[in-house]
Amino acid sequence: MIEIKPNKCDFCGCCVGVCPVDCIDLKEADIDIDYNVCIDCKLCLYICPIEVFEDVETAEI
Amino acid sequence: MWKQQKFDLIIVGGGPAGSTAARFAAIGGISVLLLEKDRDIGVPVRCGEAASDEGLRIFVDPDTRWIKSVITKLRLISPSEHTIDIDLKQKGYILDRRIFDYDLAQYAADEGAQIVCKAYVDGLLFKDGKVAGVTGEHLGERFEVESDIVIGADGVESRVGRWAGLATVVKMKDMESAIQKTIAGIEVDEHRFDFYMSREWAPGGYLWIFPKGPNAANIGLGVSGKYSRFRSAQRYLDDFLAKTFPDGSVISSTVGGVPCDKTLKKFVTDGLMLAGDSAHMVNPMTGGGIVPGMRGGMLAGETAVEAIKAGDTSEKFLNRYPKAWHKIGGKNHERFYSIKEAIFRLTDKELDSIVAAVEKISPDERSIAKVFRKAVFKKPSLVVDVMKVFAGI
Ligand SMILES: Cc1cc2nc3c(=O)[nH]c(=O)nc-3n(C[C@H](O)[C@H](O)[C@H](O)COP(=O)(O)OP(=O)(O)OC[C@H]3O[C@@H](n4cnc5c(N)ncnc54)[C@H](O)[C@@H]3O)c2cc1C
Repeated sequence: MIEIKPNKCDFCGCCVGVCPVDCIDLKEADIDIDYNVCIDCKLCLYICPIEVFEDVETAEI
Repeated sequence: MWKQQKFDLIIVGGGPAGSTAARFAAIGGISVLLLEKDRDIGVPVRCGEAASDEGLRIFVDPDTRWIKSVITKLRLISPSEHTIDIDLKQKGYILDRRIFDYDLAQYAADEGAQIVCKAYVDGLLFKDGKVAGVTGEHLGERFEVESDIVIGADGVESRVGRWAGLATVVKMKDMESAIQKTIAGIEVDEHRFDFYMSREWAPGGYLWIFPKGPNAANIGLGVSGKYSRFRSAQRYLDDFLAKTFPDGSVISSTVGGVPCDKTLKKFVTDGLMLAGDSAHMVNPMTGGGIVPGMRGGMLAGETAVEAIKAGDTSEKFLNRYPKAWHKIGGKNHERFYSIKEAIFRLTDKELDSIVAAVEKISPDERSIAKVFRKAVFKKPSLVVDVMKVFAGI
């Protein structure tokens, strides 16, 4: 599962642009993933210029 | 109060595309509401701020208040740090987009467009299957505002188009994962763009140094989404800065995605048009999206006026906008896209050999034509196009 590291995001929208299911909501300085829609494809994690996302399962191993 | 009104046109997003659309629509005499989710127009800046004089002049008279540097030459730096310097036929600028974007919004407001910040659009209204307005949130309050036409100028996120069924998602390989820092306390040539091309510095992209006066510069890079999963853009930039400008101060930093794609096949539907990054109008070779975005905005704004006057906001009518876009720039962008693909296939060794060949021409004889001839000899067809693209930025 993808999580957003607190206080790291710069709210640029790069992840939103590649998200295939439009599950990321980005207000001025407020970002949310809708887990009901997210398909865990991890493209947000792969595209983020500043490593804001974390793959939680992988991190726990 | 805008929340209770109905408008001819609602524009989502107050970047160069949205403000230019608003301005030209208002000039045409229709009622325009522009909604921007951020607190300020022009802030935060997510841009290297480079634009050509010729491109800007189509829309605005260059104003010294938003010009930080005038650029007359460019330098290409190869993987092994050989360089080619080229004089530019047309000058370029490094802008201060905080002031530039602000002014573009001001021009639109001067013509009668209404602009609202902190207005987050989160959905579209539909009537008889046609886009008919937007929903959203402003200072904690919900709003629903109707309009005959909506222009989505919502940048790289491009969600407005998706809500109306347009396929705006950017493919990973075409998304540049980009980061830039403005570094002060350094010495740079204030009249020169520097482009570093190498898989080691920025795979599937390039690294740029754009001067802001003699002692500061926007230094950034983009890495294609094809490679960014292996190493983030941030790590590439931090390495370069530690090596090249270890004593500089970071006075600003920004990140963003640049959709370096061909323009979307379909960016218009009943009651809706997209403009700028949201329609993938960036020049896919250079990543420059300011001037193309303004062009898209202008054409979309003018088309909105014609549609309102004709009383026809169907996709069929609005299609004159994509037609006009393709006539002016769309074809070029397809060519630029092929060049981009070809360049990023070059190995560092091939890039080096091209640059080394051109380097042998003495600098005072290094006209663009001569550079072409030499480069063509080394790598037919490709390099000519590259040079043309860079020279025109
Ligand atoms: C690091 C970097 C460097 C770049 N360097 C250059 C360069 O040197 N030269 C160049 O020409 N281009 C450059 N670009 C590209 C350029 O910045 C963009 O192409 C340009 O800003 C696109 O203009 P736009 O109006 O389409 O979108 P934007 O300028 O992105 O504006 C979109 C606006 O819409 C708003 N918005 C989005 N969603 C909503 C919503 N739901 N509700 C309300 N408002 C919303 C956003 O807040 C934003 O203000 C660079 C980009 C990056 C990331």
